[in-house]
Amino acid sequence: MSAFNQFLMQLINGLNIGSIYALIALGYTMVYGIAKLINFAHGDIIMVGAYISLVLLGTGLPWWLVCLLTIIACAVLGVVMEKVAYKPLRKASRISLLITAIGISYLLENLFQLIFTANPKPYPGFITLPPIVLGSITISSNYYITFIVSVTLMIILNLFVQKTNMGKAMRAVSEDEGAARLMGINVDTTISLTFAIGSALAAIAGILYSNCYSPINPTMGSLPGIKAFIAAVLGGIGSIPGAVLGAFILGMVEAMTKAYISSQFLDSIVFTILILMLILKPAGILGRNVKEKV
Amino acid sequence: MTNVLEVRDLGINFGGLRAVDGLNLDIEENQLYGLIGPNGAGKTTVFNMLTGVYEPTDGTIKLNGQLLNGKKAHEIARLGISRTFQNIRLFKDMTVLENVLISLDTQADYGLFTGILKLPKFHAQEKAMEEEAMSLLSVFHLEGDAHKLAKNLPYGKQRELEIVRALGTHPKLLLLDEPAAGMNPQETQELMDTIETVRKQFNIAVLLIEHDMKLVMGICEKITVLNYGTMLACGTPDEIKSNPDVIKAYLGE
Repeated sequence: MSAFNQFLMQLINGLNIGSIYALIALGYTMVYGIAKLINFAHGDIIMVGAYISLVLLGTGLPWWLVCLLTIIACAVLGVVMEKVAYKPLRKASRISLLITAIGISYLLENLFQLIFTANPKPYPGFITLPPIVLGSITISSNYYITFIVSVTLMIILNLFVQKTNMGKAMRAVSEDEGAARLMGINVDTTISLTFAIGSALAAIAGILYSNCYSPINPTMGSLPGIKAFIAAVLGGIGSIPGAVLGAFILGMVEAMTKAYISSQFLDSIVFTILILMLILKPAGILGRNVKEKV
Repeated sequence: MTNVLEVRDLGINFGGLRAVDGLNLDIEENQLYGLIGPNGAGKTTVFNMLTGVYEPTDGTIKLNGQLLNGKKAHEIARLGISRTFQNIRLFKDMTVLENVLISLDTQADYGLFTGILKLPKFHAQEKAMEEEAMSLLSVFHLEGDAHKLAKNLPYGKQRELEIVRALGTHPKLLLLDEPAAGMNPQETQELMDTIETVRKQFNIAVLLIEHDMKLVMGICEKITVLNYGTMLACGTPDEIKSNPDVIKAYLGE
């Protein structure tokens, strides 16, 4: 394979992992924007989505129904998580919320370990189409399906947030919850909706991720979850375009590092980016300026 | 005349502090009512209780005969009490038009799915709402700024936009918390004229907190004076001006 082809392959790899990070990062950033909470259990929704879809596939349901049911189940899980664990703490300090989120994360991981054991389970690549051949490189369907699905969802999400009244309500709540309430917006419903959307996106990410990277295990969500969190911070947490941008940058950095530097240093390079970003520009690339008028 | 707002024996404790005690208010339809008092008298606390931000410790609040106690802030907003804030709290990163649409949206009667699926009913209503938003903005001559971000408006216009946004919920009672704060005398005069217009045009009652005595005395039909959370006096501007307790509270002995 020529050097140029190899570079192209890495580009495609980067777009693939970047779009998965983007789907997860969107959930992080939306929830942060509205509830001012870093939901560390968000990554585990990917794992839940992967297992639910695996079980449903075993029942012989058609693939689209499997996806739909998985998405609904994860959206419900997200809403329940908010109602049970986070809503009672809405007036508590941020650190309590953060610790609760970590607790939920461990709860989900261990619960699934209990049910499915810690052994990795093979995941059937059930969404397959013919590969695309471009000259001497072949792009398998996993790659372009992931990319197309993610980008489509991002566009829909953006339209939803910009154009619909629910989307406007979400933006209003994220700017000033109190004022939004006094303009007649039901803040609780808006927060539930945000968790539902974020978790639905994570479910889709879970299905796509497992399709590309079988087998699955109960802790599979934590690393992509943390990477997506880094992507959200990189782009500016709370910003939707920021999360997408951060995710694609991170995906590219990962792919190029793996190919040209060292796959062993992969994670340390990614975390170094996080640390540098927090030192140099804590608000992120597209983040709102955190300076407050006195 | 029927009362839009009826407040009886309203009181609230913050821990051991009695912030407001035994407040009665009767606001008639289309009345311009002033709530005045020295700093820390509890005026904004009253606003917060009327809008459901704080739960009163005792007493009742009724809007057109309907009890508001225990209702959530967004429910009260939908029932017809709307407000502006002492420190401007617009949705700064949204456009001027969107700020108004937010409050109009809460009055819309299509469901989530109609909105997502963009059904014809949604489109018709969306268009109607945008027209209404623009006509509300034009009352304050803000229609030319509709597509600017709210944070890019000059201060005076931001204050006016807050009033437009508050009108978007179709209130029966509009609460204005120091609308003239930070304005020069000429801007203040213009604002007062606009409040008068709004009251007549939309046929709503207005409850006003204001420090500018000349202004309050000039336009309010009835005034309640608060001091240390209790009602010091209540009456027409002339009665208030000549009330010895009020003079004492404001000027000292």
